[in-house]
Amino acid sequence: MTLAAGFEAAAAPPGLNAAGLAADERAERRMLLLLCSPGMLIALVILFLPIGWLFWFSVIDQAGSFTTENYARIWREGAYVAIFLTTFEVSLLVTAVCVLLGYPLAYCLSQLSARAAGVLLLGVVVPFWTSLLVRTYAWLVLLQRKGLVNDLLIGLGVLDRPAMLSYNTLGVTIGMTHIMLPFLVLPLYVSMRAIDPTLMKAAASLGGRPAAVFRDVFFPLSLPGLVAGLVLTFILCLGFYITPAILGGGRVQFIAQRIYASVNLFPTWGPASALGVVLLVLTITVLLLAQALLKRWRRRFG
Amino acid sequence: MEHYIPHRRRLWLYALSALILGFLILPTLIVIPMSFSASDALQFPPRGFSWRWYEAYLGTPQWRDATLVSLKVSVLTMLLATPIGTAAAYGLHFGRFRFALAVYGSLVASLMVPVILIAIGVFFLYAKLGLVNTIPGLVLADVLLAVPFVLIVVTAGLKSFDANQEMVARSLGAGRLRAFLGVTLPQIWRSVLAGALFAFIAAFDEVVIATLISGGEMATLTNRMFSSLRDEVDPTIAAISTLLIAVTTIPPLLGHLISARRGRR
Repeated sequence: MTLAAGFEAAAAPPGLNAAGLAADERAERRMLLLLCSPGMLIALVILFLPIGWLFWFSVIDQAGSFTTENYARIWREGAYVAIFLTTFEVSLLVTAVCVLLGYPLAYCLSQLSARAAGVLLLGVVVPFWTSLLVRTYAWLVLLQRKGLVNDLLIGLGVLDRPAMLSYNTLGVTIGMTHIMLPFLVLPLYVSMRAIDPTLMKAAASLGGRPAAVFRDVFFPLSLPGLVAGLVLTFILCLGFYITPAILGGGRVQFIAQRIYASVNLFPTWGPASALGVVLLVLTITVLLLAQALLKRWRRRFG
Repeated sequence: MEHYIPHRRRLWLYALSALILGFLILPTLIVIPMSFSASDALQFPPRGFSWRWYEAYLGTPQWRDATLVSLKVSVLTMLLATPIGTAAAYGLHFGRFRFALAVYGSLVASLMVPVILIAIGVFFLYAKLGLVNTIPGLVLADVLLAVPFVLIVVTAGLKSFDANQEMVARSLGAGRLRAFLGVTLPQIWRSVLAGALFAFIAAFDEVVIATLISGGEMATLTNRMFSSLRDEVDPTIAAISTLLIAVTTIPPLLGHLISARRGRR
């Protein structure tokens, strides 16, 4: 245990046994690193190596020479650009709706007693673990022409005849929002719980009206958690495949669907790889931008 | 608990939150009544009651085979990912090495990379290794996805564990492994169990990779469900979905009940 070694090193006079202790600590550290190695090995072989290959294949043609054709095709063909735009638009929309729904829910849960919140959180955790396929299927049933949602809207007098709720962007957005909401609520809730409630009480006791206390004290403190949650939501949306494929009915194309189709469509790996690389680079860019933003905030707020 | 805003002034917030929770919980439950419908059409409320869709599920060899494949893959994934993730969590928690952040990053990277990318990478790798359409191939890919869940849950468990206890055991002569098994594990087993459960569910629910690297007799349940969802909306799926909901809902509920009872004692 490094702590024990550190303690002994501090208690012993300098120099005494120092070499032996340092060697012990190195051996200890090696052993602990060894414990991480099976997981790292799997990540290396199943994740990093194949993705490295994809990068390679995206710039190599069938004859084995360097080519930018696979990337040029993405730029050139309007269909690809349209797919990227759809992916971004729907992902942004889903993220925005998730924030609108998730923020009040996480806020409410964070203000309840730990026990009450624990019970209500099951309502967020259970959907989180329910198969994505099952939830997508449920929406397919609910949103169909003679589905429950249409019946309900007609019964309430909102519609006078069934509307197209699925096989379009609307259906995909609803389904994805339902799937992604827990990803936003769970981290946001955790970060809101960490906000010291006495800060709000202090502000209120100094005469702050509830709305002002929320706006000036709670909301700024919750922003880092909100940004972390919405970035996670957004980048996970960018890679969606199953839900748009089912609820989009072929009319809403995401990048992932195009990648999948390219694997079957082209005889080489190049086109699919190039699309994959672009998706990965976009994902990482969003992630890094958000991290830089969070770092700046943390510096400002201490 | 006391608040800076009184309860009655935030009734609107409670109502709104209840609606949002309803949005999260209720839509999935619709498949349960549908699965007992007597008719082919997916209408709500369903007409009549029957077990026919469960019979269709259990009576079709393809569905049975796919279920068996999924169960095998998920159990094997759980058995591999749980020790791998737990060992990594332990190593990272106690080890103060220079590249700890990079090690952690490489272990959880699969959470951040779009799954479709992992899928085509794995497909390509397996094509070279002859692992396409095999149980080991599916298990390896699922272990990659499951390790982060185990790592995160067990790390949380280790954080609430007082490491001095293990040190005491070791200063009294127990080896590291014995100290872990005798002192640490009995106190973090709930986290390890939760991690194992998450690993199982992650593997059982995986669709995208399975769609690309499995098929025919080796198709997983999710793979079959996905292809039959694209082709036709068969109420058999409602029956399977109901079973899946039961499988994934009951463990977290039980876990909560157990921990709630412990809290009361």
